[in-house]
Amino acid sequence: MDSPHFQTNLLPRPDAGWLFRMAWRDSRRSRQRLLLFMSAIVLGIAALVAINSFGDNLAQSIDDQARELLGADLVLSTNDPKKEKLFYPLLKKVTPTTSQTINGLNVVDSPYEYTNEISFASMVSFPKNQGVRLAQVKNLTLGVSNFGSQNSYPYYGEWQIVPQSAEKLWRDQLQKRPKPYYALVDDALMVQFGAQVGDSVQVGGVSYKIIGRVLKTPGQSTVTTTVAPTVFLPFVAEDLLQRGSRVSYKYYFRFTDGTDVEKIIKQVGPKLEKEGINYDTVAGRKKQTGRAFGDLTKFLSLVAFVALLLGCVGVASAVQLYVKEKIASVAILRTLGASGRQAFLIYLIQTAIMGFLGAAIGALVGSAIQLILPRIFSNFLPVTVETSLSFPAILGGLGTGLLISVLFSLLPLLAIRNVSPLRAIRNSYEDDLSGRDPLRWLVYLLVIAFMVGFAYLQTQNLMLAIGFTGGLLLAFGILTALGLGLIWLVRRFFPASWSYVWRQSLANLYRPNNQTLILVTSIGLGAFLIATLYLTQGLLLGQVELSASGKQPNMVLFDIQNEQLGGVKKLVAEQKLPVLQQVPVVTMRLSDINGKTDHVNRNDTTARPPKWAFTREYRVTYRDTLISSEKLVSGKAPYQADGAVYISVEKPFFDRMHLKLGDTLNFNVQGAPIQTIVGGTRDVEWNRVQTNFLVVFPSGVLEQAPQFHVLMTRVPNNQVSAQLQRGLVSQFPNVSAIDLGLILKTVDEILGQISFVIQFMALFSILTGLLVLASSVVISKFQRLRESVLLRTLGASREQILSITVLEYGLLGLLAALSGIVLSIAGTWGLAQFVFEVPYKPAVLPLVVVASLVTVMTILIGVFNSREVLSRPPLDVLRAEV
Amino acid sequence: MSILRVENLTKTYTSGGRELTVLHGVNFTLEPGDTFAIVGPSGSGKTTLLGLCAGLDRASSGSVYLNDIRLDTLNEDQRAAIRNQYVGFIFQNFQLLPTLTALENVMVPLELRGEKGAAKTAQALLDRVGLGQRGHHYPTQLSGGEQQRVSLARAFANRPKLLFADEPTGNLDADTSATVVDLLFELNREAGTTLVLVTHDMELASRTQRIIRIKGGTVVTDTKERKSERVEE
Ligand SMILES: Nc1ncnc2c1ncn2[C@@H]1O[C@H](COP(=O)(O)OP(=O)(O)O)[C@@H](O)[C@H]1O
Ligand SMILES: [Mg+2]
Repeated sequence: MDSPHFQTNLLPRPDAGWLFRMAWRDSRRSRQRLLLFMSAIVLGIAALVAINSFGDNLAQSIDDQARELLGADLVLSTNDPKKEKLFYPLLKKVTPTTSQTINGLNVVDSPYEYTNEISFASMVSFPKNQGVRLAQVKNLTLGVSNFGSQNSYPYYGEWQIVPQSAEKLWRDQLQKRPKPYYALVDDALMVQFGAQVGDSVQVGGVSYKIIGRVLKTPGQSTVTTTVAPTVFLPFVAEDLLQRGSRVSYKYYFRFTDGTDVEKIIKQVGPKLEKEGINYDTVAGRKKQTGRAFGDLTKFLSLVAFVALLLGCVGVASAVQLYVKEKIASVAILRTLGASGRQAFLIYLIQTAIMGFLGAAIGALVGSAIQLILPRIFSNFLPVTVETSLSFPAILGGLGTGLLISVLFSLLPLLAIRNVSPLRAIRNSYEDDLSGRDPLRWLVYLLVIAFMVGFAYLQTQNLMLAIGFTGGLLLAFGILTALGLGLIWLVRRFFPASWSYVWRQSLANLYRPNNQTLILVTSIGLGAFLIATLYLTQGLLLGQVELSASGKQPNMVLFDIQNEQLGGVKKLVAEQKLPVLQQVPVVTMRLSDINGKTDHVNRNDTTARPPKWAFTREYRVTYRDTLISSEKLVSGKAPYQADGAVYISVEKPFFDRMHLKLGDTLNFNVQGAPIQTIVGGTRDVEWNRVQTNFLVVFPSGVLEQAPQFHVLMTRVPNNQVSAQLQRGLVSQFPNVSAIDLGLILKTVDEILGQISFVIQFMALFSILTGLLVLASSVVISKFQRLRESVLLRTLGASREQILSITVLEYGLLGLLAALSGIVLSIAGTWGLAQFVFEVPYKPAVLPLVVVASLVTVMTILIGVFNSREVLSRPPLDVLRAEV
Repeated sequence: MSILRVENLTKTYTSGGRELTVLHGVNFTLEPGDTFAIVGPSGSGKTTLLGLCAGLDRASSGSVYLNDIRLDTLNEDQRAAIRNQYVGFIFQNFQLLPTLTALENVMVPLELRGEKGAAKTAQALLDRVGLGQRGHHYPTQLSGGEQQRVSLARAFANRPKLLFADEPTGNLDADTSATVVDLLFELNREAGTTLVLVTHDMELASRTQRIIRIKGGTVVTDTKERKSERVEE
């Protein structure tokens, strides 16, 4: 007999409102807890919203301040000052000339003015403190000045100078030429040598009066000034330019208001390029800067996304415990006739609302955090960032938070659909909730699709998005494996003979419903980031310090002219210092390869040498042997045979140029053409204080060419180094010296600035881990309360229970920190081995600090959240409902 | 027309690779409006039988007809709908939803049917079981007897045709038991519901019109054996 009376339209149909009402009612007693689960995503969303808001504001600021970035309407640059002659004829054709009649005379004016900048590296000295170092020198002079005497670079943007009055003095002197000349000096340089406004600074044997310290130049970030602190001068000795190192010439243009510079450039751009003149317009600079910082904020938002994902894994595991608790209620609902779908929806609604709240709080916190981001990133920013609420970022954060918390909650929530009503009549009933629900795979797929989709939206690069997701899954996988491995080790080698307190806390790590894995993953990832940061910093410094060891040179003197060589050597000898190496350097340009500047000798047109190959300046030395930092790869060391010149080319350069042994390279050595043949390739160890060359000639070819010399020595300490530099500056002002101390200091400062940013991001990850910890402690509170009450009724003292708690969380924190550190050591070992090729000895101290800090924080959070278990009298606890 | 018909019902559990047959070909038919007791020692399969009759579980073989609807051809959600339409439950351990107030607990079956005025009906039922003033209390704020009375109110809320009570007094003391049982029979009489009472308490069982005694998974005596056999033919 079948079921004639039953029709589906008899199915109970409560309206959707009922589901929401039930979700609301059911949450009443666990709302705080639910919110705590969801708090795990707060920081991730906050980081995301903060970074994206910051990115939006930064992009806006770059847009608004693009002219200030450039400091001009147009910048032309070249390394040949003779090209300046071309500006007028080129620009005359495309710029509207204003002609006016003054006193009956027709006066034609070009509608622009410009400032010349000559920049080069030179030794600068501060006589008061006898400080000497290599610095960037920028010589600013008026090129064409049309619109009144006050105008010179920077035409736009704020030049932050202390005292402010110095700016007017500076601009005036460009016309008045006082004696002595005035100089503006970067603050970093002033601080390093304790110089004051009013002191003098010497460059190339000329003394200048410092009238102001420069805090910020338009378009420059603090990081740029760290690498190359600048001295601004209105005049430099001519011979310094001729004998000095690489000099570049820039021309800062200002046009009359309303001039369409882009249109001008469209017309003359190709001609300028043909003449080897580069140009930079406001729009171009805007695009370039915007792209660079867009990339930065995108990268950071991916880091924020990692913190968010960590939080989500926490959410999923919290919801799983929550669902376990709710199974009895679900079974009752089912006996009363609710469908599996309805029960599922009730809890889905709860988590979705909490997810949304978590995201909303996150968006709020993020919007607050973004206010401080400009300060954190200030060293990198070329513009001042105006902070304002970014609604796209906030909406994005809300959407992301809602979606991702629901996605991750779905995994445990799906099980609700399969809860059997039998549980209501049979306590012991165990249905298969872990079962292979095919929908689970769909959810996994959705999660991965979401990750890839998010990364793609951020980077607009599918391969990168897939790589990011894959890498992240790998890191999670490795951390999970490490966590599992550690748990396994604890079980396998369980110290059965240890005291009860120890055994109990160790056992807690793998008891049912333990949160060990999720905490190891989240806290471990944070520890990994921070540890990697320190280890990499150590690696970089270690690499530089490597050259400080043994008899390696640690100071380089360069730009020594032929006739100065003897004098410089004498000076070095007077300081009782060795000349470890002396290398002649000839500058030249590459005219063609096998007679062509295009796709050389291949049919394959993709194998063409890069454009810069024919515009750059080559610094070449000559000798017949390879030196200790070089290794022959193919062919021979440089040699001459049958009147032909066989040169040696550095291997990676050889590859980039798509060269073959036997190719003909024609060089222009300051006017004189020289034909050479590629006779061999070599590998060069670049990570030493050493002169290294892309191209080495054999001896006997370049001896008569104009050349300068590089000399390497080893100074025992900073005092001797300073003394030698002072001697050099006074006798040979054009000779530059750089020592390892300066390099180390620079690297250290830059790393310090970067590490702050990375630490800030890693902090989100760690804090998320601690939040996950806090919520997991709260979730398992009831279980713990019962246990501790049981223990106390069995006679355990409060101290014993406290010790168990402290030990348990201590072990957990330690496990997490160790997992992160192990992963980090493995990663940086790989870096050391394969990238930097330096011996690996990780600094132990920072690792110990990271491990202890993480452990202590974990203990504090754990104990704080368990305080109820510890402080309340047993009877109270038994009566309390949770 | 019968309200519940059980044909050759067999239930076998497999656990740890070993089979355990809990019910061996059970047959009986219940007429509407009567009161029945299923009695037997602990472990004899009473709860298993009740679970199958209410469509909470699937039989290994045989079938259950509830209001002439064959349950084993329906899926879990359809059976849930049947339960909501025709079946009420009383459990040994009350099974109130801990996060809902007494009133809300009684409202659930009504709301599941999408009925209007659920709160009013539920309040009337709470009044009927003498807990009109306690509607806003949570289960943990009520005594065992009070909780079971709320559960009585909930069981009658959807005017079930069939009410299953599994050891309804198992967790209550003697005095409270008496009150709850009296209330159960009163409500049952008023609503004209068919009551299936599962118990191992013979005194309680004797208050019903018909007693089916099972042991080791088979019906050993049925006080109206002949009647049920006749319907089956
Ligand atoms: N899921 C199960 N798996 C295996 N055996 C079960 C399961 N559920 C119940 N049983 C067994 O079935 C028998 C009948 O149980 P039950 O119906 O609860 O008896 P009663 O309600 O009469 O005490 C018992 O021996 C019990 O152990
Ligand atoms: Mg039973």
